[in-house]
Amino acid sequence: MKNTALSSTHIALNAKMVPFAGYNMPVSYEGVNAEHETVRKSVGVFDVSHMGEFLITGEHALELIQKISSNDASKLVDGKAQYSCMPNNNGGIVDDLIIYRFNEEKYLLVVNASNIEKDWNWISQHNTMNATMRDLSDEYSLLAIQGPKAAEAMQSLTDVDLSAIKFYTFEVAPFAGVENVIISATGYTGSGGFEIYCKNEDAQKIWDKVFEAGADFGIKPIGLAARDTLRLEMGYCLYGNDIDDTTSPIEAGLGWITKFTKDFINSEALKEQKEQGPKRKLVGFELDERGIPRQGYDIVDDNGKVIGVVTSGTMSPSLEKGIGLGYVPTEVAAPGSKINIQVRKKALPATVVKLPFYKG
Amino acid sequence: MKIPKDLKYTNDHEWVKIEGDVATVGITDFAQGELGDIVYVEVETVDETLEREEVFGTVEAVKTVSDLFAPLSGEIIEFNESLEDEPEKVNTDPYGEGWMVKIRFSDASEVDDLLSAEEYTEVVEG
Repeated sequence: MKNTALSSTHIALNAKMVPFAGYNMPVSYEGVNAEHETVRKSVGVFDVSHMGEFLITGEHALELIQKISSNDASKLVDGKAQYSCMPNNNGGIVDDLIIYRFNEEKYLLVVNASNIEKDWNWISQHNTMNATMRDLSDEYSLLAIQGPKAAEAMQSLTDVDLSAIKFYTFEVAPFAGVENVIISATGYTGSGGFEIYCKNEDAQKIWDKVFEAGADFGIKPIGLAARDTLRLEMGYCLYGNDIDDTTSPIEAGLGWITKFTKDFINSEALKEQKEQGPKRKLVGFELDERGIPRQGYDIVDDNGKVIGVVTSGTMSPSLEKGIGLGYVPTEVAAPGSKINIQVRKKALPATVVKLPFYKG
Repeated sequence: MKIPKDLKYTNDHEWVKIEGDVATVGITDFAQGELGDIVYVEVETVDETLEREEVFGTVEAVKTVSDLFAPLSGEIIEFNESLEDEPEKVNTDPYGEGWMVKIRFSDASEVDDLLSAEEYTEVVEG
Protein backbone atom coordinates (compact mmCIF):
# COMPACT_ATOMS: atom_id res chain seq x y z
CA MET A 1 0.00 0.00 0.00
CA LYS A 2 1.25 3.48 -0.89
CA ASN A 3 1.41 6.44 1.46
CA THR A 4 0.81 10.03 0.43
CA ALA A 5 3.37 12.61 1.54
CA LEU A 6 1.01 13.32 4.43
CA SER A 7 -0.07 9.85 5.64
CA SER A 8 2.06 10.07 8.79
CA THR A 9 0.59 13.52 9.48
CA HIS A 10 -2.92 12.06 9.40
CA ILE A 11 -1.92 9.23 11.71
CA ALA A 12 -0.41 11.76 14.14
CA LEU A 13 -3.78 13.58 14.05
CA ASN A 14 -5.47 10.31 15.11
CA ALA A 15 -7.29 9.90 11.82
CA LYS A 16 -8.99 6.60 11.13
CA MET A 17 -6.98 5.29 8.17
CA VAL A 18 -8.28 2.96 5.47
CA PRO A 19 -6.83 1.49 2.30
CA PHE A 20 -8.39 3.32 -0.65
CA ALA A 21 -7.35 2.80 -4.27
CA GLY A 22 -4.07 1.38 -3.05
CA TYR A 23 -3.30 4.30 -0.73
CA ASN A 24 -3.32 4.60 3.04
CA MET A 25 -5.92 7.37 3.37
CA PRO A 26 -7.71 9.20 6.21
CA VAL A 27 -11.43 8.28 6.24
CA SER A 28 -12.31 10.50 9.22
CA TYR A 29 -10.78 12.52 12.03
CA GLU A 30 -13.41 13.74 14.51
CA GLY A 31 -16.42 12.15 12.78
CA VAL A 32 -18.10 12.40 9.41
CA ASN A 33 -21.01 14.63 10.46
CA ALA A 34 -18.83 17.23 12.18
CA GLU A 35 -16.38 17.25 9.27
CA HIS A 36 -19.21 17.58 6.77
CA GLU A 37 -20.56 20.60 8.65
CA THR A 38 -17.10 22.19 8.83
CA VAL A 39 -16.92 22.20 5.02
CA ARG A 40 -20.50 23.42 4.56
CA LYS A 41 -20.13 26.26 7.08
CA SER A 42 -16.45 27.28 7.20
CA VAL A 43 -13.42 25.56 5.70
CA GLY A 44 -11.80 22.13 5.72
CA VAL A 45 -8.78 20.47 4.12
CA PHE A 46 -8.67 17.12 2.35
CA ASP A 47 -5.50 15.29 1.39
CA VAL A 48 -6.47 13.84 -1.97
CA SER A 49 -2.94 13.20 -3.17
CA HIS A 50 -3.97 9.75 -4.32
CA MET A 51 -5.50 11.35 -7.44
CA GLY A 52 -3.55 10.81 -10.67
CA GLU A 53 -1.99 13.55 -12.79
CA PHE A 54 -0.90 13.16 -16.40
CA LEU A 55 0.90 15.92 -18.28
CA ILE A 56 0.14 15.99 -22.01
CA THR A 57 2.35 18.27 -24.08
CA GLY A 58 3.47 19.00 -27.60
CA GLU A 59 1.86 20.16 -30.80
CA HIS A 60 -0.48 17.14 -30.84
CA ALA A 61 -1.59 17.41 -27.21
CA LEU A 62 -5.02 18.86 -27.98
CA GLU A 63 -5.59 16.37 -30.78
CA LEU A 64 -5.04 13.47 -28.37
CA ILE A 65 -7.25 15.02 -25.69
CA GLN A 66 -10.05 15.68 -28.18
CA LYS A 67 -9.93 12.07 -29.29
CA ILE A 68 -10.16 10.52 -25.82
CA SER A 69 -12.45 12.97 -24.03
CA SER A 70 -16.16 13.69 -24.42
CA ASN A 71 -16.14 17.41 -23.62
CA ASP A 72 -14.81 19.88 -26.17
CA ALA A 73 -11.32 20.82 -24.98
CA SER A 74 -10.89 23.24 -27.89
CA LYS A 75 -13.11 25.60 -25.90
CA LEU A 76 -10.48 25.80 -23.16
CA VAL A 77 -8.28 28.87 -22.85
CA ASP A 78 -5.06 29.24 -20.85
CA GLY A 79 -5.81 29.07 -17.13
CA LYS A 80 -9.13 27.31 -17.57
CA ALA A 81 -10.17 23.82 -16.46
CA GLN A 82 -12.89 21.53 -17.77
CA TYR A 83 -14.75 18.53 -16.36
CA SER A 84 -14.86 15.70 -18.88
CA CYS A 85 -14.98 11.95 -19.25
CA MET A 86 -13.27 9.32 -21.35
CA PRO A 87 -15.79 7.10 -23.15
CA ASN A 88 -14.80 3.55 -24.05
CA ASN A 89 -15.78 1.74 -27.24
CA ASN A 90 -18.70 -0.14 -25.68
CA GLY A 91 -20.91 2.69 -24.48
CA GLY A 92 -19.26 2.95 -21.05
CA ILE A 93 -16.82 5.29 -19.34
CA VAL A 94 -13.11 4.64 -18.80
CA ASP A 95 -12.91 7.44 -16.22
CA ASP A 96 -14.04 10.97 -15.47
CA LEU A 97 -11.41 13.66 -15.19
CA ILE A 98 -10.52 17.34 -15.09
CA ILE A 99 -8.46 18.84 -17.91
CA TYR A 100 -6.35 21.94 -17.20
CA ARG A 101 -4.97 24.06 -20.03
CA PHE A 102 -1.67 25.83 -19.29
CA ASN A 103 -1.07 26.79 -22.92
CA GLU A 104 -2.04 25.43 -26.30
CA GLU A 105 0.61 22.74 -26.07
CA LYS A 106 0.45 21.88 -22.36
CA TYR A 107 -2.43 20.22 -20.51
CA LEU A 108 -2.79 18.46 -17.16
CA LEU A 109 -5.28 15.59 -16.85
CA VAL A 110 -6.40 14.75 -13.30
CA VAL A 111 -7.85 11.25 -13.00
CA ASN A 112 -9.17 8.93 -10.30
CA ALA A 113 -6.59 7.11 -8.21
CA SER A 114 -8.19 3.73 -8.77
CA ASN A 115 -7.91 4.18 -12.54
CA ILE A 116 -4.40 5.60 -12.98
CA GLU A 117 -2.95 2.54 -14.67
CA LYS A 118 -6.07 1.81 -16.76
CA ASP A 119 -6.28 5.44 -17.90
CA TRP A 120 -2.59 5.67 -18.73
CA ASN A 121 -2.78 2.52 -20.85
CA TRP A 122 -5.99 3.67 -22.52
CA ILE A 123 -4.63 7.11 -23.44
CA SER A 124 -1.28 5.67 -24.54
CA GLN A 125 -3.05 3.20 -26.78
CA HIS A 126 -4.86 6.05 -28.55
CA ASN A 127 -1.84 8.31 -28.75
CA THR A 128 -1.23 7.58 -32.43
CA MET A 129 -0.38 11.24 -32.98
CA ASN A 130 2.59 11.02 -30.60
CA ALA A 131 1.73 13.64 -28.05
CA THR A 132 4.20 13.66 -25.18
CA MET A 133 2.80 12.02 -22.04
CA ARG A 134 4.19 12.07 -18.51
CA ASP A 135 2.69 10.43 -15.43
CA LEU A 136 3.22 12.85 -12.53
CA SER A 137 0.97 10.95 -10.12
CA ASP A 138 3.78 9.88 -7.79
CA GLU A 139 5.39 13.32 -7.78
CA TYR A 140 2.45 15.55 -6.99
CA SER A 141 0.31 16.08 -3.92
CA LEU A 142 -3.19 17.54 -3.93
CA LEU A 143 -4.90 19.40 -1.10
CA ALA A 144 -8.54 20.34 -1.45
CA ILE A 145 -9.29 23.39 0.69
CA GLN A 146 -13.05 23.58 0.63
CA GLY A 147 -15.79 25.67 2.18
CA PRO A 148 -17.33 29.14 2.04
CA LYS A 149 -14.46 30.66 4.04
CA ALA A 150 -11.68 29.07 1.97
CA ALA A 151 -10.69 32.20 0.03
CA GLU A 152 -10.67 34.46 3.06
CA ALA A 153 -8.83 31.93 5.21
CA MET A 154 -6.09 31.29 2.64
CA GLN A 155 -5.59 34.85 1.37
CA SER A 156 -2.59 35.52 3.63
CA LEU A 157 -0.67 32.71 1.89
CA THR A 158 -0.54 34.26 -1.58
CA ASP A 159 -0.49 37.53 -3.51
CA VAL A 160 -3.07 36.18 -5.95
CA ASP A 161 -6.54 37.55 -5.22
CA LEU A 162 -8.20 34.23 -4.33
CA SER A 163 -11.73 35.59 -4.42
CA ALA A 164 -11.13 36.64 -8.04
CA ILE A 165 -10.30 33.13 -9.29
CA LYS A 166 -13.46 32.06 -11.07
CA PHE A 167 -14.95 28.58 -10.77
CA TYR A 168 -13.01 26.13 -12.95
CA THR A 169 -10.11 28.49 -13.57
CA PHE A 170 -6.65 28.36 -12.01
CA GLU A 171 -3.45 30.29 -11.37
CA VAL A 172 0.13 29.08 -11.08
CA ALA A 173 1.71 31.21 -8.38
CA PRO A 174 3.67 31.24 -5.12
CA PHE A 175 1.52 29.85 -2.28
CA ALA A 176 2.58 29.40 1.34
CA GLY A 177 6.15 30.31 0.37
CA VAL A 178 6.34 27.63 -2.34
CA GLU A 179 6.86 28.57 -6.00
CA ASN A 180 4.75 27.27 -8.90
CA VAL A 181 1.78 25.98 -6.98
CA ILE A 182 -1.38 25.33 -9.00
CA ILE A 183 -4.28 27.13 -7.28
CA SER A 184 -7.47 25.84 -8.87
CA ALA A 185 -10.99 26.99 -8.07
CA THR A 186 -12.38 23.47 -8.30
CA GLY A 187 -13.59 20.85 -5.85
CA TYR A 188 -15.93 18.01 -5.12
CA THR A 189 -18.03 19.44 -2.30
CA GLY A 190 -20.32 22.14 -3.70
CA SER A 191 -19.19 24.56 -0.99
CA GLY A 192 -16.56 26.44 -2.98
CA GLY A 193 -12.84 26.60 -2.36
CA PHE A 194 -9.65 25.51 -4.02
CA GLU A 195 -7.57 22.56 -5.01
CA ILE A 196 -3.85 23.05 -4.49
CA TYR A 197 -1.38 20.99 -6.53
CA CYS A 198 2.22 20.92 -5.30
CA LYS A 199 5.31 18.74 -5.36
CA ASN A 200 5.37 15.99 -2.72
CA GLU A 201 8.39 17.55 -1.02
CA ASP A 202 6.41 20.76 -0.41
CA ALA A 203 3.20 19.11 0.80
CA GLN A 204 3.98 19.10 4.53
CA LYS A 205 5.09 22.73 4.48
CA ILE A 206 1.95 23.81 2.67
CA TRP A 207 -0.27 21.68 4.94
CA ASP A 208 1.25 23.33 8.03
CA LYS A 209 0.91 26.86 6.61
CA VAL A 210 -2.67 26.19 5.53
CA PHE A 211 -3.61 25.19 9.09
CA GLU A 212 -1.75 28.19 10.52
CA ALA A 213 -3.51 30.59 8.16
CA GLY A 214 -6.89 28.95 8.69
CA ALA A 215 -6.72 28.68 12.47
CA ASP A 216 -8.86 31.77 13.09
CA PHE A 217 -11.47 30.38 10.69
CA GLY A 218 -11.75 27.04 12.47
CA ILE A 219 -10.07 25.10 9.67
CA LYS A 220 -10.05 21.33 10.18
CA PRO A 221 -8.78 18.23 8.38
CA ILE A 222 -11.54 16.32 6.56
CA GLY A 223 -11.56 12.64 5.64
CA LEU A 224 -12.81 10.63 2.68
CA ALA A 225 -16.11 9.77 4.42
CA ALA A 226 -17.19 13.41 4.46
CA ARG A 227 -15.84 13.87 0.95
CA ASP A 228 -18.35 11.22 -0.10
CA THR A 229 -21.36 12.69 1.77
CA LEU A 230 -20.51 16.19 0.49
CA ARG A 231 -20.26 15.11 -3.14
CA LEU A 232 -23.37 12.97 -2.87
CA GLU A 233 -25.44 15.89 -1.53
CA MET A 234 -24.45 17.68 -4.74
CA GLY A 235 -25.29 14.68 -6.91
CA TYR A 236 -21.73 14.52 -8.26
CA CYS A 237 -20.90 11.15 -9.81
CA LEU A 238 -18.29 8.93 -8.21
CA TYR A 239 -16.44 6.65 -10.60
CA GLY A 240 -16.84 3.02 -9.55
CA ASN A 241 -20.23 3.78 -7.96
CA ASP A 242 -22.38 5.89 -10.27
CA ILE A 243 -20.39 5.62 -13.47
CA ASP A 244 -18.15 2.83 -14.72
CA ASP A 245 -17.13 0.84 -17.78
CA THR A 246 -20.77 -0.11 -18.42
CA THR A 247 -22.63 3.20 -17.92
CA SER A 248 -22.82 5.76 -20.68
CA PRO A 249 -22.36 9.48 -20.06
CA ILE A 250 -25.81 10.05 -21.57
CA GLU A 251 -27.42 7.65 -19.07
CA ALA A 252 -25.42 9.18 -16.23
CA GLY A 253 -26.69 12.70 -16.85
CA LEU A 254 -23.32 13.76 -18.22
CA GLY A 255 -24.75 14.92 -21.53
CA TRP A 256 -23.55 18.42 -20.61
CA ILE A 257 -19.93 17.24 -20.89
CA THR A 258 -20.58 15.14 -23.99
CA LYS A 259 -20.20 17.49 -26.94
CA PHE A 260 -20.88 16.35 -30.47
CA THR A 261 -19.09 19.40 -31.88
CA LYS A 262 -16.16 17.06 -32.54
CA ASP A 263 -15.39 13.38 -33.04
CA PHE A 264 -14.18 11.29 -30.11
CA ILE A 265 -14.06 7.64 -29.16
CA ASN A 266 -17.54 6.12 -29.54
CA SER A 267 -19.09 9.53 -30.31
CA GLU A 268 -21.30 8.11 -33.09
CA ALA A 269 -23.00 5.60 -30.79
CA LEU A 270 -23.37 8.11 -27.97
CA LYS A 271 -24.88 10.63 -30.35
CA GLU A 272 -27.41 8.06 -31.46
CA GLN A 273 -28.21 7.23 -27.83
CA LYS A 274 -28.70 10.89 -27.06
CA GLU A 275 -31.03 11.37 -30.03
CA GLN A 276 -33.12 8.29 -29.26
CA GLY A 277 -33.04 8.82 -25.52
CA PRO A 278 -31.43 6.33 -23.13
CA LYS A 279 -33.51 3.45 -21.73
CA ARG A 280 -32.32 4.13 -18.21
CA LYS A 281 -31.11 7.19 -16.39
CA LEU A 282 -29.14 7.98 -13.30
CA VAL A 283 -31.41 9.89 -10.92
CA GLY A 284 -31.28 11.33 -7.44
CA PHE A 285 -33.92 10.21 -4.96
CA GLU A 286 -34.92 10.94 -1.38
CA LEU A 287 -36.51 8.37 0.90
CA ASP A 288 -40.02 9.38 2.00
CA GLU A 289 -39.59 7.47 5.27
CA ARG A 290 -36.75 7.00 7.66
CA GLY A 291 -34.03 4.74 6.35
CA ILE A 292 -30.77 4.85 4.49
CA PRO A 293 -30.23 3.65 0.93
CA ARG A 294 -26.90 1.96 0.26
CA GLN A 295 -24.91 1.09 -2.85
CA GLY A 296 -26.21 -2.16 -4.35
CA TYR A 297 -29.74 -2.01 -2.91
CA ASP A 298 -32.48 -2.83 -5.42
CA ILE A 299 -34.87 -0.21 -6.73
CA VAL A 300 -38.32 -1.84 -7.07
CA ASP A 301 -41.74 -0.92 -8.42
CA ASP A 302 -44.95 -1.15 -6.39
CA ASN A 303 -45.22 -4.86 -7.19
CA GLY A 304 -41.75 -5.57 -5.87
CA LYS A 305 -40.25 -6.05 -9.32
CA VAL A 306 -36.62 -4.94 -9.55
CA ILE A 307 -36.34 -1.97 -11.92
CA GLY A 308 -32.95 -0.57 -11.02
CA VAL A 309 -30.11 -0.37 -8.54
CA VAL A 310 -28.78 2.14 -6.03
CA THR A 311 -25.27 3.25 -7.00
CA SER A 312 -24.60 5.59 -4.04
CA GLY A 313 -26.55 6.24 -0.87
CA THR A 314 -26.17 7.81 2.53
CA MET A 315 -27.89 9.68 5.30
CA SER A 316 -27.50 13.29 4.19
CA PRO A 317 -25.91 15.20 7.08
CA SER A 318 -27.33 18.51 5.80
CA LEU A 319 -30.86 17.31 4.93
CA GLU A 320 -31.02 14.65 7.64
CA LYS A 321 -32.68 12.17 5.36
CA GLY A 322 -31.76 9.19 3.27
CA ILE A 323 -30.57 10.21 -0.21
CA GLY A 324 -29.15 8.27 -3.09
CA LEU A 325 -28.33 7.96 -6.76
CA GLY A 326 -29.40 5.06 -8.90
CA TYR A 327 -30.30 3.91 -12.38
CA VAL A 328 -34.01 3.64 -13.20
CA PRO A 329 -36.01 3.16 -16.40
CA THR A 330 -36.53 6.49 -18.20
CA GLU A 331 -40.31 6.26 -17.57
CA VAL A 332 -39.76 6.86 -13.84
CA ALA A 333 -36.76 9.18 -14.13
CA ALA A 334 -38.61 12.50 -14.01
CA PRO A 335 -38.50 14.47 -10.75
CA GLY A 336 -41.57 13.61 -8.65
CA SER A 337 -41.70 9.99 -9.85
CA LYS A 338 -42.35 7.45 -7.11
CA ILE A 339 -40.04 4.49 -6.70
CA ASN A 340 -39.21 2.12 -3.83
CA ILE A 341 -35.86 1.22 -2.36
CA GLN A 342 -35.47 -2.30 -1.01
CA VAL A 343 -33.84 -1.70 2.38
CA ARG A 344 -33.28 -5.18 3.75
CA LYS A 345 -36.79 -6.71 4.16
CA LYS A 346 -38.73 -3.50 3.49
CA ALA A 347 -39.44 -1.65 0.28
CA LEU A 348 -39.31 1.98 1.38
CA PRO A 349 -41.07 4.59 -0.78
CA ALA A 350 -38.82 7.21 -2.36
CA THR A 351 -39.24 10.18 -4.66
CA VAL A 352 -37.07 11.08 -7.62
CA VAL A 353 -35.76 14.62 -7.12
CA LYS A 354 -33.89 17.20 -9.13
CA LEU A 355 -30.19 17.44 -8.29
CA PRO A 356 -28.45 18.77 -6.30
CA PHE A 357 -30.00 17.52 -3.08
CA TYR A 358 -28.26 20.29 -1.16
CA LYS A 359 -29.08 23.74 -2.46
CA GLY A 360 -26.96 25.71 -0.01
CA MET B 1 -11.17 2.80 24.28
CA LYS B 2 -13.21 1.70 27.26
CA ILE B 3 -13.99 -1.92 28.17
CA PRO B 4 -15.70 -1.87 31.59
CA LYS B 5 -14.73 -4.80 33.83
CA ASP B 6 -18.24 -5.46 35.13
CA LEU B 7 -19.78 -6.25 31.73
CA LYS B 8 -19.84 -9.35 29.53
CA TYR B 9 -19.06 -9.21 25.81
CA THR B 10 -19.52 -11.01 22.48
CA ASN B 11 -17.32 -11.51 19.46
CA ASP B 12 -19.82 -9.31 17.59
CA HIS B 13 -18.68 -6.32 19.71
CA GLU B 14 -21.75 -6.16 21.89
CA TRP B 15 -21.77 -5.75 25.66
CA VAL B 16 -24.19 -7.47 28.04
CA LYS B 17 -25.12 -6.48 31.58
CA ILE B 18 -26.83 -9.22 33.58
CA GLU B 19 -29.36 -8.27 36.26
CA GLY B 20 -31.47 -11.23 37.45
CA ASP B 21 -32.96 -12.84 34.35
CA VAL B 22 -32.70 -9.65 32.28
CA ALA B 23 -29.76 -8.76 30.05
CA THR B 24 -29.21 -5.18 28.90
CA VAL B 25 -27.43 -5.10 25.53
CA GLY B 26 -25.52 -2.46 23.59
CA ILE B 27 -22.52 -2.15 21.31
CA THR B 28 -19.02 -1.56 22.62
CA ASP B 29 -16.94 1.59 22.52
CA PHE B 30 -14.76 -0.14 19.92
CA ALA B 31 -17.81 -0.90 17.76
CA GLN B 32 -19.18 2.64 17.85
CA GLY B 33 -15.73 3.98 16.93
CA GLU B 34 -15.48 1.63 13.97
CA LEU B 35 -18.98 2.46 12.75
CA GLY B 36 -18.54 6.21 13.05
CA ASP B 37 -21.46 8.61 13.44
CA ILE B 38 -24.57 6.54 14.15
CA VAL B 39 -27.74 7.95 12.66
CA TYR B 40 -30.36 5.26 13.16
CA VAL B 41 -30.94 2.26 15.38
CA GLU B 42 -33.74 0.03 14.12
CA VAL B 43 -35.23 -2.58 16.43
CA GLU B 44 -38.54 -4.13 15.41
CA THR B 45 -38.31 -7.31 17.45
CA VAL B 46 -39.76 -6.10 20.75
CA ASP B 47 -41.96 -8.84 22.26
CA GLU B 48 -40.41 -11.42 19.97
CA THR B 49 -38.55 -14.43 21.27
CA LEU B 50 -35.23 -14.94 19.52
CA GLU B 51 -32.59 -17.61 19.53
CA ARG B 52 -29.03 -16.65 20.40
CA GLU B 53 -27.24 -15.14 17.34
CA GLU B 54 -30.49 -14.16 15.64
CA VAL B 55 -30.67 -10.59 14.31
CA PHE B 56 -32.62 -8.34 16.71
CA GLY B 57 -32.02 -5.08 14.85
CA THR B 58 -29.69 -2.99 12.77
CA VAL B 59 -27.52 -0.01 13.45
CA GLU B 60 -26.99 2.48 10.63
CA ALA B 61 -23.98 4.77 10.57
CA VAL B 62 -23.47 7.42 7.91
CA LYS B 63 -21.13 5.16 6.02
CA THR B 64 -22.27 1.67 6.85
CA VAL B 65 -24.96 -0.58 8.26
CA SER B 66 -24.47 -3.44 10.69
CA ASP B 67 -26.76 -6.15 12.06
CA LEU B 68 -27.27 -6.55 15.78
CA PHE B 69 -27.22 -10.11 17.09
CA ALA B 70 -28.98 -11.41 20.18
CA PRO B 71 -26.19 -12.36 22.59
CA LEU B 72 -28.58 -14.65 24.52
CA SER B 73 -31.76 -16.55 23.65
CA GLY B 74 -34.90 -14.98 25.06
CA GLU B 75 -37.61 -12.37 24.69
CA ILE B 76 -36.82 -8.80 23.65
CA ILE B 77 -38.73 -6.95 26.36
CA GLU B 78 -37.63 -3.38 25.78
CA PHE B 79 -36.02 -1.14 23.17
CA ASN B 80 -34.28 2.08 24.21
CA GLU B 81 -36.71 4.37 22.42
CA SER B 82 -34.71 7.47 23.26
CA LEU B 83 -32.37 6.32 20.49
CA GLU B 84 -35.12 7.11 17.96
CA ASP B 85 -34.44 10.81 18.46
CA GLU B 86 -30.89 10.67 19.74
CA PRO B 87 -29.03 7.79 18.07
CA GLU B 88 -25.79 9.69 18.68
CA LYS B 89 -26.01 8.53 22.31
CA VAL B 90 -24.56 5.25 21.05
CA ASN B 91 -21.43 7.18 20.08
CA THR B 92 -21.21 9.39 23.13
CA ASP B 93 -22.21 6.92 25.84
CA PRO B 94 -22.17 3.37 24.44
CA TYR B 95 -22.26 1.65 27.84
CA GLY B 96 -24.81 4.00 29.40
CA GLU B 97 -27.51 5.98 27.64
CA GLY B 98 -26.64 4.25 24.38
CA TRP B 99 -27.96 0.85 25.52
CA MET B 100 -30.19 -0.78 22.91
CA VAL B 101 -32.42 -3.57 24.19
CA LYS B 102 -33.28 -5.63 27.24
CA ILE B 103 -33.68 -9.37 26.84
CA ARG B 104 -35.39 -11.71 29.33
CA PHE B 105 -33.05 -14.60 28.68
CA SER B 106 -34.31 -18.15 28.79
CA ASP B 107 -31.14 -20.18 29.24
CA ALA B 108 -28.83 -19.02 32.02
CA SER B 109 -26.13 -21.42 30.88
CA GLU B 110 -25.61 -19.25 27.79
CA VAL B 111 -24.34 -16.49 30.07
CA ASP B 112 -21.26 -18.58 30.74
CA ASP B 113 -20.42 -18.49 27.03
CA LEU B 114 -20.12 -14.68 27.00
CA LEU B 115 -16.65 -13.14 27.07
CA SER B 116 -15.12 -11.44 30.09
CA ALA B 117 -13.63 -7.95 29.74
CA GLU B 118 -10.17 -9.52 29.54
CA GLU B 119 -11.22 -11.95 26.83
CA TYR B 120 -12.92 -9.19 24.84
CA THR B 121 -9.84 -6.99 25.12
CA GLU B 122 -7.95 -9.78 23.36
CA VAL B 123 -10.58 -9.91 20.61
CA VAL B 124 -10.15 -6.18 19.96
CA GLU B 125 -6.41 -5.97 20.31
CA GLY B 126 -5.79 -9.31 18.63
